Amino acid sequence: MNAGPLADAVALTCLLLGSLLCLTAGLGLVRFPDVLTRMHAGTKPQVLGVLLVMIGGAIRLQGWSSTWMLLLVAVFQMLTAPISAHMVSRVAYRRRHVRRDLMVVDELGMAPPRAGEARGDEPADAAPEPG
Amino acid sequence: MTVVYWLAYGMLGGGALLALVRLARGPSLLDRVVATDTLLVIIAAGLAVHAALARDPTLVPVLVVVSLLAFVGSVSVARYVGGMLVDPRGDGQDAGPPEAAGQRTGGTP
Amino acid sequence: MSGTATDGGVAVRLRHQLPLLLWLVLVWNLLWGTWSWANLISGVAVALVVTLVLPLPPVVGGVRVRPVALLTFLGTFLADLARAGALVAWQTVRPRGIASSAILRVELRTDSDLLISIVTEAVTLVPGSMVIEIDREHRVIGLHVLSVESGEDLDRQRRSVLLTEERVVRAFGTAEEIAALQRPVQPAGRPS
Repeated sequence: MNAGPLADAVALTCLLLGSLLCLTAGLGLVRFPDVLTRMHAGTKPQVLGVLLVMIGGAIRLQGWSSTWMLLLVAVFQMLTAPISAHMVSRVAYRRRHVRRDLMVVDELGMAPPRAGEARGDEPADAAPEPG
Repeated sequence: MTVVYWLAYGMLGGGALLALVRLARGPSLLDRVVATDTLLVIIAAGLAVHAALARDPTLVPVLVVVSLLAFVGSVSVARYVGGMLVDPRGDGQDAGPPEAAGQRTGGTP
Repeated sequence: MSGTATDGGVAVRLRHQLPLLLWLVLVWNLLWGTWSWANLISGVAVALVVTLVLPLPPVVGGVRVRPVALLTFLGTFLADLARAGALVAWQTVRPRGIASSAILRVELRTDSDLLISIVTEAVTLVPGSMVIEIDREHRVIGLHVLSVESGEDLDRQRRSVLLTEERVVRAFGTAEEIAALQRPVQPAGRPS
């Protein structure tokens, strides 16, 4: 079970790549224009970044107990990340937190809101509704 | 080794700071949800990086908790914001997209 | 539990929930980190309590796993993950950022809750594409695509979702569901 320098190098590369993905996620959060695109930036480190960091950690730690727990964290992330992303983005789309002017195609074509419909949390920079 | 240490923590810290910027500036609640979610994931990654670099498995159970917390937190806030769409006369179910809700309640908003 | 259920009802329910029970026992053991008989027995007890106190609707149709197709699916999925992750990271960092995004309608060919869930999870996990709406009755998913530069990008994204669906169905679906893949799909997103 002695870690060779090669395994160590692989582990460190995985850790650094995962950290880099976390950095780009933060960058995307700041640079992207609306909730849906920011969501893309947010789910990326949750999947690939966490996976890479967990692989690196599992190689470095080598104790069976922690390895299994890291595997469990990775599986949890991969099961739960799409669910939370879907729920948040579905609400965002229905609440019109979407910059329609930046969109090429919108094939779902949600109807504009009726007058008097209860509207909750609208973004300050919400795009004007057509019509 | 020290170089890797500084590089990894620098990148993670930068990502966390940028997520904090979005958390402070984000115009709507959902922007903040996304930012919080990302921030917690970055924290989890930081804990894992520390555990790996120090070869210290003590923090690994904390990692499980943090990663589940991120999921539960963002889902519950999303349900809360989506719940603003719930028809008050209905049975408390998600009213769905506006047109579907209109059909279900007879077209009168 | 509904108290008046016969023994047969309980047995059928237990059989339906067996995969869930096995998964819960596995998670319990992984959380403890070590394998021992005490962990196994306490895990079975906890799993039984959880499934009886918090029942879930059964998965209709059940699962069949084809190992070769499953490996194909997982391999392609991991390759997609790495490629799309690098691409989205580059789109984040590059100076001109992202051009514009789009929302697509994609009509799936499978008609099973479980398979649609797996397809949706896989599509959302790959960076750059995200399912924002599922219309279960019409088997249509709404897909948000980050950074679209031309019409070809849209077509490519649509094709890749359908390919993912095909691989998922080949890995987990029944023979009828695989046959249903041959059904023609509308090339355009809009229903006629």
